[in-house]
Amino acid sequence: MITIENVNIHLGEFDLREINLSIEKNEFFILMGPTGAGKTVLLEAIAGLIRVDSGHIVVDGRDVTGLPPEKRGVSIVYQDYSLFPHLTVRDNITYGLHFHRTPKAEAAKRFDRLVEDLDLSHLLHRLPANLSGGENQRIALARALIVDPKVLLLDEPLSALDPGFREDLRKGLKRLHETTDATFLMVTHDFSEALSLADRAAVMDGGKIKQVGGMKEIFQRPESTFVADFVGMKNLFTASFHDTKAAINGLEIELGKSPENGHGYIAIRPEDVVLSRRELHSSMRNSFKGTVTEVTDQGLYYEVSIAIEAVTFKSLITKSSLFDLEIGEGSHIYLSFKATAIHTF
Amino acid sequence: MVKKEPFFWITVSCGLIILAFILIPLIEMLTAPSLSMLKETIQDKDVVRSIRLSIYTAGLAALIAFIFGTPLAYLLARTNFRGKHLIESIIDLPIVIPHPVVGIAILSVAGRGHWLGQIFNELGIRIMGSVTGIVVVLTFVGLPFYINAVKNGFESIPPRLENVSRSLGASMFSTFARITFPLAWRSMLIGIIMCSARAISEFGAVVIVAYHPMIAPVLLYERFEGYGLKYSQPVAVWLVSVCLALFLILRILTLRNAKNA
Repeated sequence: MITIENVNIHLGEFDLREINLSIEKNEFFILMGPTGAGKTVLLEAIAGLIRVDSGHIVVDGRDVTGLPPEKRGVSIVYQDYSLFPHLTVRDNITYGLHFHRTPKAEAAKRFDRLVEDLDLSHLLHRLPANLSGGENQRIALARALIVDPKVLLLDEPLSALDPGFREDLRKGLKRLHETTDATFLMVTHDFSEALSLADRAAVMDGGKIKQVGGMKEIFQRPESTFVADFVGMKNLFTASFHDTKAAINGLEIELGKSPENGHGYIAIRPEDVVLSRRELHSSMRNSFKGTVTEVTDQGLYYEVSIAIEAVTFKSLITKSSLFDLEIGEGSHIYLSFKATAIHTF
Repeated sequence: MVKKEPFFWITVSCGLIILAFILIPLIEMLTAPSLSMLKETIQDKDVVRSIRLSIYTAGLAALIAFIFGTPLAYLLARTNFRGKHLIESIIDLPIVIPHPVVGIAILSVAGRGHWLGQIFNELGIRIMGSVTGIVVVLTFVGLPFYINAVKNGFESIPPRLENVSRSLGASMFSTFARITFPLAWRSMLIGIIMCSARAISEFGAVVIVAYHPMIAPVLLYERFEGYGLKYSQPVAVWLVSVCLALFLILRILTLRNAKNA
């Protein structure tokens, strides 16, 4: 659907080098990377807003490298919404229809569906300046999708929103992705967002693509320290949920409450996994006995891998704890974590 | 209440001195002529003709600045290129050049000794002593004010709005017409007012290029030279009223602009 071949872009002090990427039709693809990695530049190059110095960008089988942005069928949604301040919500949403020969009935159908899906009907006559961030971003999404784009580019669309709105809009995005034919390419910094929305992702750093692959693969086998830091949660498992419990490979874990937004993943930060010689009788809801399989020096901390049946947890402990607990490979140890330390996706 | 520091009183005093410096001469001049004299002056055909010519030529200068300056202002606001600062400095030149020098510079290309002057001559365009000449001079001195105001206006519009418009299928022209222009028209209006206010006050350059037909500042000068202060004051009052009206409109527009932003 989108194929990027050997794309190079020189922007004065900043370069994108040898970008190669292939995204399937109707895929939800995530682009991650630190600030200044070149994510927005890549999006704007796909949209035709930045000139490519060499290489090709193919959208839907058509080489669009030399085409102006209006001929590409690629919509873009920015973090700051970028709504037209002088137009009402209705005029913002229908803006793109002026430039497409969409039959009236079809246009009206799309408009009604987007307004309904994104819950915008009560705002149509208002101006964007007086609306909340969540409302503005929903309008921006409707405006981008009404022209039935082949590709929807999303540049950190949820980052500027309050957590409540963010969760709503994340669900909205997922629903829109399922109900439209567009291929979604989204930049995000949020681990849970990425996991719950996408199947595949690419990691960029310093103007290059560092890693491309399945979501879980990237998080579990990060090829760069950036991804490892970015994830931070090394205990990432697929799980099945029932009531307030989750099962990882047969190991039952108490969540303390039903997961709100379970998509089949569980994550626990390694610093939240507490190790002890004896079983702790505390408020920790989860306590297991396991075997240490590996201890690695991480500088200030030691990372300890503990196998409990078929599941391996990682814990971060200080050097003095390592000596106090007399941990070595093969030693048996108790491992506990609070229910509140568990993140479900 | 916290006691105000001496520095505060220094700033207040300086402010009061400056206000007095600006206002006292203006108020004195405005109140000097009697109402009957003002009435008499505005019935003087020469005075009315000169003020009308001033407004007409300044307005034309602003229109020319609008037509040719808007695309350049957009270019300067949206692109970065080698030599951009040089171009911006060139545009500001008319502000810093002494006014009579502007007049002399324009005359030196308008004469028959210069190829441009020859072209004008063949086309039947006369610069020296003509309305055309006045408009040329006023455009020259007013352009920087228009371009700078509109450039600032364009710069305040996020390029992302134009990006989104393009990605939704709008050509560059449609994007300008539907997004950029509606968001920038107020700065264009301000630019037109700045430019024409500057143009209407021009004397030094005009008097060299065209003593006749007489614009208001030249008439004012002639009355002062020929009849003295008393007879030039009423003309000055009428001219300044026109300038103040322009300035008032500008202030109202910018204030409303600030409130909306």
